[in-house]
Amino acid sequence: MALPKRDELLKDVNYDRMPSKHWMDTKPEFRPGTYCYAAEPSVVEDLGLPNPRKWQPHDEDWKLPPNWKEIVLNAIKDRMERFRSFKLFMDICVRCGACADKCHFFLGTGDPKNMPVLRAELMRSVVKGEFTRSGKIFGRLAGARPLTYDVIKEWFYYYYQCTECRRCSVFCPYGIDTAEITILAREILHEIGVNIDWILKPVRFSAFVGNHIGLQPHTIQENIEFLLDDIEEITGIRPEVPINKKGAEILFVTPSADFFADPGIYTFMGYVLLFHYLGLDWTLSTYASEGGNFGLFTSHEMMRKLHAKIYHEAERLKVKWILGGECGHMWRVVHQYEDTALGPAPKNLEVPKSPITGTVFEHAKSTKIVHICEFTADLIAHGKLNLDPSRNDHLIVTFHDSCNTSRGMGIFEEPRFILRHVCNNFYEMPENTIREKTFCCGSGSGLNTDEYMEMRMRGGFPRANAVEYVHEKYGVNRMACICAIDRAVLPTLMKYWVPEVSISGVHELVGNALVIPGEKKRTTDLRFEPLKGVEEEA
Amino acid sequence: MNVVAALVAVIGMVIVVWFGVGVLKLYTLFGVLVPYAALLTFLIGLIYRMVNWAKSPVPFKITTTCGQQKSLPWIKHSRLESPANNFEVVLRMALEVLAFRSLFRNLRADLRGRKLYYGSSKWLWLGAILFHWSFFIILVRHLRLFTYPVPGPIKVLDAVDSFFHIGLPHLYMTDVAILAGLTFLILRRLVDAKVNYISHASDYFPLFLILGLISSGMLMRYFLRVDLVSVKEFVMGLATFHPKAPKGIGVIFFVHLFFISALVAYFPFSKLVHMVGVFFSPTRNLPNDNRRVRHINPWWEGVPPKFLTYCEWQEKFKEQLEQAGQPIDEDCYKEKKS
Repeated sequence: MALPKRDELLKDVNYDRMPSKHWMDTKPEFRPGTYCYAAEPSVVEDLGLPNPRKWQPHDEDWKLPPNWKEIVLNAIKDRMERFRSFKLFMDICVRCGACADKCHFFLGTGDPKNMPVLRAELMRSVVKGEFTRSGKIFGRLAGARPLTYDVIKEWFYYYYQCTECRRCSVFCPYGIDTAEITILAREILHEIGVNIDWILKPVRFSAFVGNHIGLQPHTIQENIEFLLDDIEEITGIRPEVPINKKGAEILFVTPSADFFADPGIYTFMGYVLLFHYLGLDWTLSTYASEGGNFGLFTSHEMMRKLHAKIYHEAERLKVKWILGGECGHMWRVVHQYEDTALGPAPKNLEVPKSPITGTVFEHAKSTKIVHICEFTADLIAHGKLNLDPSRNDHLIVTFHDSCNTSRGMGIFEEPRFILRHVCNNFYEMPENTIREKTFCCGSGSGLNTDEYMEMRMRGGFPRANAVEYVHEKYGVNRMACICAIDRAVLPTLMKYWVPEVSISGVHELVGNALVIPGEKKRTTDLRFEPLKGVEEEA
Repeated sequence: MNVVAALVAVIGMVIVVWFGVGVLKLYTLFGVLVPYAALLTFLIGLIYRMVNWAKSPVPFKITTTCGQQKSLPWIKHSRLESPANNFEVVLRMALEVLAFRSLFRNLRADLRGRKLYYGSSKWLWLGAILFHWSFFIILVRHLRLFTYPVPGPIKVLDAVDSFFHIGLPHLYMTDVAILAGLTFLILRRLVDAKVNYISHASDYFPLFLILGLISSGMLMRYFLRVDLVSVKEFVMGLATFHPKAPKGIGVIFFVHLFFISALVAYFPFSKLVHMVGVFFSPTRNLPNDNRRVRHINPWWEGVPPKFLTYCEWQEKFKEQLEQAGQPIDEDCYKEKKS
C-alpha cells in the first residue's frame, strides 16, 4: 500500500475521540506499513533463539509452540523475579493519564493503545488476570483479563510500536518507564518465537561478523579508503586511520553505519579530521566494529553478548581508554548497562585522560569510556581547536536530542557547546520538544525498516513538526544529531515532512570548521557542497 | 459501567453500615472488629507488598535523566533532574514526592490540521496537590482525637486550618480543598476522553470511597452533629487497645469509620500503593553516576558473557585480514598451545 500524502496522513487522527468499544475488545489490524516482518527461520536458528519457522504477522496462524501460554506465563514470572522495575511498574500505575499524549506514536496515530498507560496496561491486565486473585474475581472491573492468542498478537503489534524512547517516563509521577516494559515484553515474546527480521538480522551479523551490516574487515578498510580519498580531495590532507593497532592509547568505537552510510560517513570524516589534527594515538577495530547494539531490542542477554567485544578488544589491544562515537542506543548501553553487564573494565584500562588538555574524565572513571562530544567540548573549552565557523555558514542548524542520550544519559550541553563554536547559525527547536522532552525520530529501537514506513512517518511526525517550525521561523536547513539511527532515518522523515532540511552528525560540522595546518583552501564542505561565498566568487 | 459499579460499591457500604448499626445494632462489629481487622490488613498487606518488591533485585541502574549529566567540571549539571550522588537523589525524590515534580511538567498536545501545539497543563498537578496535601493535613489533624492532652503542633495546625472562622464549627480550609481536588479528579476521569477510556472501575472506586469518607466526616462536623466527647472516648479506647463498644454516637460516625477501614484495608492491594511504590521506582531513586560507580546485577555477577572472541573471529576472517594487510594477533596461537 502506498504511503498517504503528507497532508492526508493525519486526517483521521483525533486525540479526544476514543473508540466506542472497550479496549479489551478491539484487535489490531495488521495493515501493511504498520508492522514489521517476522524473522527468517535461518536467522532465528543461527542465534539459537526458540521456534524458528516461516510465518508472518498478517497470517492467521502464527505457529506458536503448543505450550505457548505456559512459556509466556513462566517468562513473565521470571522477569518479575529478576526485575524490580517490572514488578513495581505492574503495581503502581494509577492511570492518571499524564503520559497519554506524550508518546510520538500516539500523537501520530491517535490510537489509544499507543498511549503509554494503555501500552503498559496490555501487559498489566494479563499480570492481574493471570497472577492475582482479585483480578480473577473482578476481571475487567479491576482491569484484568486472561492471556489469549489475540493478546500475543496485540503485544507484538504495540510493543513494536514503541521505540523505547522513555519520554513518557519523564512525565510519569512515579517514573514508570514504558521502555522497560517494552524491552521485557519483547524479551518474553522471543521465547515463543515472535520476533522481527529487521532486528534479528543485524543481531546475527553483529554476533558472527562484528557489525550490523556484516561488513568484513577488508570491506571496512576499503570503505574508509574511499572516505579518505574524499577528505584528501576536499582538504588536501590524507589522515591516517589506524586499524587494530596494538598499544594505541585510545580505542575508538562508533556505530558501523558511520563507515558506509550517507550521512554517517560525513560524521566519520569529521572524527578522522579531528584525530588527525590532534595527532591522537588511536585505533579502530574491525572486530569491535559496531557500537550500536540491536541486542538491546532483543533481550538483555543478547545486548550483553553483542557488547562484550568492546572491552574484550580493548584488553587485547592494550589501549588505555575507549572513546565512543555519536550513537543513541549505543550510549544507552554504554552508560546504563555496560559496566554492570561486562565490568569491571579490563585492568589495562585507565581513567580516561585527554592527552591534549590533560582533563581527567572523572565521571567515566569506572567504565573508562568517554563520549566523543565530551572529548571535543573539552578541547574547545581549552582553546585547543582552531575553528572557522563561517565554513558552516551555508547551514542554518538546529539540534535534535536523541532519546537515549537524553533520557538515559543526560548529555545536553556538550553537543550544544560544540555546535555554538563550529557554526554561526544555531537555533533551538521549541523547548517542549528538546532536551529531556525531545521527540523520537519515530524509527528507533530497531523499527527503521521500509515495510514499516507509514508508522515511521507517523511516529516521527512530532519531531518533524518541530523542525518545520524552526525551518519556517529561522530558515533552518540542517538538523544535527548524535545518533546513527537518527542519521539513517531522519533524512527519510524530513523528505516526507520538511524536505528542505538535511541531517548530519555534530562532528561533520566540526570537520567542516576545523582549520588544519597544511590544508588547502576549502571550497566545499565534506559533502562537496559549495561553501557560502565560494559560489558567488566562482 | 465502570463508574456505576464503583458508585454502587460505595453506596452499598453505606447501606451495610446503616443496616448493621442502625437496625441490627452491631456496635462491636462495626466499631471495634472492622477497624482492627482493617488496620491489621493494612499493616500486613503493606509489609508484604514492600518485602515482595524488595525481593526482586534492581539489575540495572536505569535512571531517567531529565537534566544535564555531571561530566566536565565547567558544565553545570542538574542536581535535581540528573542527580550525581545519593544526596541529590534524596533531593530529587523529595521534590517528586512532596511537590509532584513530574506532574508539574505536564503538557497538553493539540493537533490542528497537520500542526502540533503544546500548552502547559498544570490542572492535573493542581488537583493532585490539593487532594494529597489536604488528605495528609486532615489525617494529621485527626490526631487530636487520638491524643490527650492534644500536642501543641496539632492544635496550631487545627487553628491554622480553620483560620478564617467561617461558620460554626469553623470551616476547615482543607475540607474545601480536598473536595475541590476530588471533584476535579472525578470529573477529569469522566470528561477527558483519553482518561475516561483508560479508567477501570478500580480507578473510580477509591475516588468515590474517599469522597464518601470526606462527606461523612463533613456531615458529622457541620450538619449531623455527633457527640464529640463520646467519639473521643471511643477513639482513645481503640488507640490504647482498650476498646469499648461505642453507644450514643450517630450512625454517620460508623459510616465514616467504615469508609476509612475499607480504605486502609484496600490500600495495599490496589493502585493506592503508589504512595509507597514511588520510593522504590528505579528510574527516580538512583543517581546518574553509571560510568563512575559500577552497579552490580546479582544474577549476572560471576556469570561470564558468551560471545565470539577475537581469536575465534580472527580464525574466521584470517584470509581477509591478511589480504587487507591488517595485523594477525599471534597471541591467539600462543594461548592455544599453552
